[in-house]
Amino acid sequence: MLELKGVTYKIPGEDKEIIKGVDLTFEQGKFYAITGPNGGGKTSLAKLIMGIYKPSSGSITFKGEDITNLEINERSKKGIGYAFQYPPRFKGLRVIDLLQLASEIEERKVVRGYLRQVGLCPEDYLDRDADASLSGGEMKRIEIATLLGKNPEFTIYDEPDAGVDLWSFDLLLNVIKQKHEKEGLTTVLISHQERILELVDEIVLIVGGKIQDVGTKERIWPIIKDVVGCQWYKVCRGDVEDEAECRR
Amino acid sequence: MKLSAVDKKILQEVASLHDVPQGAYNIRKDGEGISRKSTENIEIQVKKDNPGIDIIVKPGTKNESVHIPVLVTRTGINDLVYNTFEIGEEADVTVVAGCGIHNTGSEEARHDGIHTIYVRKGARLRYVEKHYGEGEGTGSNILNPKTIIEIEEGGMAEMELVQIRGVDHTVRVTEANLYKNASLIMIERLLTHGDQVAKSDVIVNLLGEDSFTQVTSRTVAQENSEQVFYPRVIAKAKSRGYVECDSIIMDKARVRSVPEIAAYHAEAELTHEAAIGKIAGEQMLKLMSLGLSEKEAVEKILEGFLR
Repeated sequence: MLELKGVTYKIPGEDKEIIKGVDLTFEQGKFYAITGPNGGGKTSLAKLIMGIYKPSSGSITFKGEDITNLEINERSKKGIGYAFQYPPRFKGLRVIDLLQLASEIEERKVVRGYLRQVGLCPEDYLDRDADASLSGGEMKRIEIATLLGKNPEFTIYDEPDAGVDLWSFDLLLNVIKQKHEKEGLTTVLISHQERILELVDEIVLIVGGKIQDVGTKERIWPIIKDVVGCQWYKVCRGDVEDEAECRR
Repeated sequence: MKLSAVDKKILQEVASLHDVPQGAYNIRKDGEGISRKSTENIEIQVKKDNPGIDIIVKPGTKNESVHIPVLVTRTGINDLVYNTFEIGEEADVTVVAGCGIHNTGSEEARHDGIHTIYVRKGARLRYVEKHYGEGEGTGSNILNPKTIIEIEEGGMAEMELVQIRGVDHTVRVTEANLYKNASLIMIERLLTHGDQVAKSDVIVNLLGEDSFTQVTSRTVAQENSEQVFYPRVIAKAKSRGYVECDSIIMDKARVRSVPEIAAYHAEAELTHEAAIGKIAGEQMLKLMSLGLSEKEAVEKILEGFLR
């Protein structure tokens, strides 16, 4: 459904590659997790797919169409969605404005439903500004509500658990999973949470901007424990070259 | 009285009116009052010493409004008007002022409105003043409002001052004196573009115990326009004041924002914030990820910011 071929990404003006020759295919209707250590390239990969970053080389196709050079809004219209890790706040734009823009539905009673699904009382939130008066967790839930309204065929949720309390997160996870199953969508969660990794069909492990492996939890989990732990030693201590020593 | 299509357009822009308003009103066009109506509780009288009107709201008047739009439709007009408002004790009313200029000629079209407002004990006033300019002429559209407001004990005023596009040069002066338990909430919304210049000079004197003010400006400066804000809150009693200036700057515009707070009483609590910046990139990306084009995203962000 969505395919990256030889995708690299360098921050403009810098030599360092953040994403290094990624070949990756997301299949229609599957539930994925992208995981890996901090700074490994998870969010950069998501932003490349959404069009927020443009690849330095390589190509991205969606349902057989080359979208490498399409703008963000054009990709959105084709059915790609992205829930930001840190949703921006807007002075003067209300929660209802964001939901109406996302869903292209004006009716108040319809957009109320998206807030209910993410556990927010519409009466309390619809007319509030989506600004700094809302907590990080509230913004995160509103962000997910906009994606429910947008209803893209292919959606990436960037660390949907970040800043959200445990109880609310269970609810969000259920909403995302139910929607995925009911509508046969392709869903990608960026996360470090083991319980999320247990839910998905396949895990994409990205380390140092490279795809380390893709597979089921049974296959990927041992690698995460070994390789990611090792990576941490290499990155943070810089003094471990030997893998065996690293694993100790 | 018959209004032209231009008159109606301006009325819509400055007062959200489609025709002659309900309730008390005074419509001034090209330097002359053209239509006026008083009501049982709101009397409008023509001044004898100066051009302008006195608007007298009887004490205890509730939920009534008065519209006093000014239309300037001829090039070369230089209109100066003095309006005085007397909002009686315990009244609760809305005043919709505002001026629109339609200038199709090569000369300047100018309106200077000097408003003096007395909000008597326990009264509440909502005051909305919109400025608007249009016309294909080369002459400048100039609006210079001056508002002096006195808010007596327990009185409250909300002032919404709006100027979105079309006015080439404006110098706005607002002076407020607040007495015991009085409050003033003022928000200024402004968008300039082209070579327009807008200056706003606000001074709020907190004179009475437990008086309160919140002065906010939300502005957008586009193209080659220039904005200068000088909001000042001066506390001379146990009181609270908050000043916030927030501007989005674009293109080659210039914005100068100088909020000032001054306390002359040990129990005064005053704060201020000022920010000038471009549209946040993340906001653009978020709206574009919902399907909006870059242009649509900018418009939506500015629309919300100035709402």
